[in-house]
Amino acid sequence: MDVRKLRDSLARRSMFTLSVAVLSLSFLMALGLYQRSRPVLDRISLRELLFSTLWQPAQGHFGLGAFIAGTLWVTAIAMAIAIPLSLLTAIYLSEYAHRRTRDLAKPVVDLLAGISPVVYGVWGVVAVVPLVRDHLMPFFSARFPFFPFRSDNFTGYCALSGGIVLALMISPIIISVTDEVLRTVPQAIREASLSVGATRWQTVKHAVLRKARIGITAAVILGLSRAFGETMAVLMVCGCAMRVTPHSVFDAAYPLPALIANTYGEMMSIPLYDAAVLMAALVLFAVTTLFNMAGWGILLRFESGDM
Amino acid sequence: MARRHVEEGVFKVLMAGAALILAASLALILGTILFKGLPALNVAMLISAPKGGYYLGKDGGILNAILGSLAIGFGSTALALALSLPLVLYLNIYLKKRSRLALAVRFFLDVLWGIPSIVYGAFGFTVMMAVGMRASLLAGTLTLSLVILPIMARSMDEVLKMVPFGLKETSAAMGATRFETAFKVVVKQAYPGLLAAVLTAFGRGIGDAAAVLFTASYTDFLPYSLFKPVATLPLAIFFQLATPFPEVQERGYASALVLTALILAISLTARWFGRRFTRHVIR
Repeated sequence: MDVRKLRDSLARRSMFTLSVAVLSLSFLMALGLYQRSRPVLDRISLRELLFSTLWQPAQGHFGLGAFIAGTLWVTAIAMAIAIPLSLLTAIYLSEYAHRRTRDLAKPVVDLLAGISPVVYGVWGVVAVVPLVRDHLMPFFSARFPFFPFRSDNFTGYCALSGGIVLALMISPIIISVTDEVLRTVPQAIREASLSVGATRWQTVKHAVLRKARIGITAAVILGLSRAFGETMAVLMVCGCAMRVTPHSVFDAAYPLPALIANTYGEMMSIPLYDAAVLMAALVLFAVTTLFNMAGWGILLRFESGDM
Repeated sequence: MARRHVEEGVFKVLMAGAALILAASLALILGTILFKGLPALNVAMLISAPKGGYYLGKDGGILNAILGSLAIGFGSTALALALSLPLVLYLNIYLKKRSRLALAVRFFLDVLWGIPSIVYGAFGFTVMMAVGMRASLLAGTLTLSLVILPIMARSMDEVLKMVPFGLKETSAAMGATRFETAFKVVVKQAYPGLLAAVLTAFGRGIGDAAAVLFTASYTDFLPYSLFKPVATLPLAIFFQLATPFPEVQERGYASALVLTALILAISLTARWFGRRFTRHVIR
């Protein structure tokens, strides 16, 4: 066999191995994290781990409930801000904006996605936290002193600050996926709608969005999973020093990823502590993998025209 | 005026407003970092490592973190490149268009792309424990290369999808093996885009903190060994901001400016590469 063909088949084989390795990477990650969190999973019931809010590593109590609640609060706030903001922007860019605006918007969105999470955190600390502390918190707690707004945390380091920062961090992905989805909607549908006298917005509302609904859902799911796993920015602005279950947007929150990042130094010192922290990572892995599979699965079927 | 025209107007304003808010936020972030960071920035800070009591406000700089970030960024980008270039060439040239394997690999790349970097960090940590390795430049580089592998591979895949099919056919018709088509024809054709993908991944890599927190740890020394901990810029920012001393926090702002400027420069270069270096591209 000549050298060129040998090289070709060698390359094919090693590349095949490489693709199998990529395929197995997620399973390896699940396995590795599971293996290391076994000690705590064997000792404590899953229900207690996930729902108990008692976190006292020194006493052997590893309830992740408060951290999961913190994640849910911060993610919910981020989504409440990011969904309208990014969907409106994406619709604007794809349906209304001039070509030149679109060309200008793409690098801006890329840039927003490329900034380091820590830099977002810095911005959160110097800009968002003071804004929440000096303006939003006094305003809301004076006028609406009841459930999601009542709080005795006046520092500004709270779930809302984290949510605002996160909302900005996840909007690039929601915008770019939504934009791509909207672009797959056939132009003929818009033309048909416009030609029967619909306004542009009516066309968007009744024709384009109806067609793109599923794809946009996927975009939101992908954004959600991003918000779930974001670590450093959240660690910096949510007030993680106070370990409480939030009951208000102005309460401090301690999301799951921040817990993992914060305990890396001390987790080897107490038995089961490292297992509990890696178990938190496993939870994060499971949730984000599931969401991503759902999101990308939907997009795959959407693009092939099944939905 | 009909109700539908009012609705049209309202939504137009809302949409333009949303786009404006996002653009303004980006400007605000960059502006804040610039205004906070610039006054605290000086050359001495860029060319010296932290001296004793640096985090209490004494002399020193962040050279350890700058060099560390570059080392870890270059290392992991090179590793990720060595893995993702063959991978995407395989997907696009060796496998058929409707191949199930290609579909599965692309799907899993998408999924891996969405896994938070703290999880990669935790996974890297479990592997380190299993093989008895300590937090080091090597461990950080390996972990970070996993984080940026899907980022790089996905954007390279987009680039290779744009290579005209006729070019591959022509190459095959000339008697080239698929290996030669992949590495001699397609890579040259896609060169600018591939370079841009590499740079994007590099920028993402040096901005990441969560994955290196466990695996590379942190040190005040300049990077000097693969098997010793190494400092990184994002973590330098994080630690400086976490101190209660205003003068140290200000250095944190300056470090954030350095990091942001670095990432901006990389992303602009990527854009520029996308347009230049097209000498070998057949149009």
